[in-house]
Amino acid sequence: MSLLAVEKLEAFYGPIQVLRGIDLALRPGETLALMGRNGMGKTTLLRSLIGLVADRRGRILLDGKDVTRAPPEAIARGGVALVPEGRGVFASLSVVENLVMAARPGRRGKRAWTLDRIFELFPRLRERRHNGGHQLSGGEQQMLTIGRALMTNPDVILIDEATEGLAPLVAAEIWRTIERIRAEGVATIIVDKDFRALSRLADRAAILSKGEIVFEGTPGELAARPEVLERHLGV
Amino acid sequence: MDLVSFAVQLLNGVQYGLVLFLVASGLTLVFGILGVINLAHGAFYMLGAYLAYWITARTGSFWAALVGGVAIAFVVGLLLEEIFVKRLYGRDHLAQVLLSFGLILVLDEIRHILFGKDVHSVPAPEFLRGSIQLTEVLSYPVYRLAICVFCLAVAAAIFLVIQKTRIGMIVRAGAENRDMTRALGIRFDVVNRYVFAVGIVLAALGGIVVAPISTVFPGMDNQMLILSFVVVVLGGIGSVAGAAIGALLIGVADSFGKVFMPNFSSFTIYVLMAAVLLWRPNGILGRREI
Repeated sequence: MSLLAVEKLEAFYGPIQVLRGIDLALRPGETLALMGRNGMGKTTLLRSLIGLVADRRGRILLDGKDVTRAPPEAIARGGVALVPEGRGVFASLSVVENLVMAARPGRRGKRAWTLDRIFELFPRLRERRHNGGHQLSGGEQQMLTIGRALMTNPDVILIDEATEGLAPLVAAEIWRTIERIRAEGVATIIVDKDFRALSRLADRAAILSKGEIVFEGTPGELAARPEVLERHLGV
Repeated sequence: MDLVSFAVQLLNGVQYGLVLFLVASGLTLVFGILGVINLAHGAFYMLGAYLAYWITARTGSFWAALVGGVAIAFVVGLLLEEIFVKRLYGRDHLAQVLLSFGLILVLDEIRHILFGKDVHSVPAPEFLRGSIQLTEVLSYPVYRLAICVFCLAVAAAIFLVIQKTRIGMIVRAGAENRDMTRALGIRFDVVNRYVFAVGIVLAALGGIVVAPISTVFPGMDNQMLILSFVVVVLGGIGSVAGAAIGALLIGVADSFGKVFMPNFSSFTIYVLMAAVLLWRPNGILGRREI
C-alpha cells in the first residue's frame, strides 16, 4: 500500500489555482524526485502535502488515513516532515535548541533518530551546537533543517530545494546525507535543480508543469525522453 | 533629598516596578504568543487580590492564599481559553477587545455579587510584618522587601523556562515562525491554552502579593490594566525582557515623580512613555511593526 497517496489534488492561494489535479503515490522508503521549472507548483505541492496550504481539494491519504483537511501538526504527527525552501531555521534558537524542540518519537514509538545520531550524521552541527541559528552558513542551515526534520522520526521527508545556493562541495555532502537517510528506509520527495544528482538518487521522477504532472517514471525513462527534458527542465 | 530617602524612594520604585512586571509579563506573553489583546488582564489582577483576601480570611494563612490563588487562577485561565479565547485566534483586534471587555464586565459583576463594594485588607504573613529601621525616622517594611525577592524569583523562573526548557524553545520558535513550528508537529492549540493560563496566573500573582500593602477594593484593576499596557508598549509588545525594563522604568519614574513633581505625578509615566516611543517607536526591545 502507498504511504502517501494523492488524488486529484487542487490547491489555491485565494482565487489563484496553483495545483490542477495532481495524482501521485509514494511507497514506503521510496525516493521521488520532483522536477519542473520555477513557478510550476513544486513548492505548493510540498506545502499542501504537509497542510500548510489551507485551501486544498481532492484527497490526500497518509498511510490510508484521510488527511485532506488535517492541520499541519496532525500531518506532521502522522509521520511527514518538511525541509522548506529557504530552510526555515529558527534564528533565535541555537543549533541544539532547533533540534531538541522538534524531537518526538515517530509513529509506533519509533526512535531511530536522536541528537547523537544527528551529530554523527552532521559532525559540523556538533561543532556549532551552541551557535545561534542566525550564525550558520547556508550549508549548515540546510544540515540543521534536515537534522531537525529527522528528529521527528518521520516516515516521509519533503525536501524543497535541497541544494539551492550551496557550494558544490557542500551540495555533495547534502546529497550523501540524503542517500544515508534513504538507506535508513525513510521515504523522500526531493525538489532540486540538479537533474543528474536527482537521477542517481531517485527511484522515480515526476515533472510538474503549470500545476499538473506531465511526466512520471523512472529516472532512466526520463533520460530517454530528451524532448521532455528540454521542454520542462531546460536540460 | 538625602541619600537614605533617595534609597527608600528607589526601593519603592523598584518594588512597584517588579509587581508591574509580574502583571505585564503575563499580558505581553499572551499578546506575543497568542496574538490576543486581553483587556481583561487587569481583572485577573483583581481576581488574585480578592482570592488572597477570601482565602486568607477563611484559612488565616497567606500561604494558603498564595498557593490556592495560583491554582484557581490557572484553572480559570484554562477554562476561559477553552470556552472563549480560542475563538479569537486570527480574528481582528476589534473582536478581541469586545470579548475581553465583556469579560471585564462579567468578572466585575461576579466580584460585586460575591464581595460587595467594601474595601478589604489582607494581613501579611506573621514573620514578614516588621520593619527595618534605616535611620531614626525612616524605616522600611520587611514585606515590601519580600515582594521584591519573590518577584525577582518569579522573573528568574520565567526567564529560565523561556531560555532553558523545551517548552521555552517551542514558544520562541513559534513566535518566530508559527507555520514551520506547526509543520514540525507542535500543537499550538495546547501551547496556547497553557500560555494563556500562565498569563492569567502572573496577573493574579501580582494581585495576591500586593493585597497586604494596597488593600483590596473595587476598581483596583483599572489602574493596573492601564499601567500594564504602558509597560508592554514601552518595553516592546511581546517581549518579556522588554516588559522587565519597561516595568522598572515606570515603577521608578512613578516613585520619584510623586516626590519631585507631586502635582504632575499622574503623568510622569506618560511623558516617559512618549519620550521612549519617540526614540524607539516599537518599544525598547520591540521588533514587529504594529
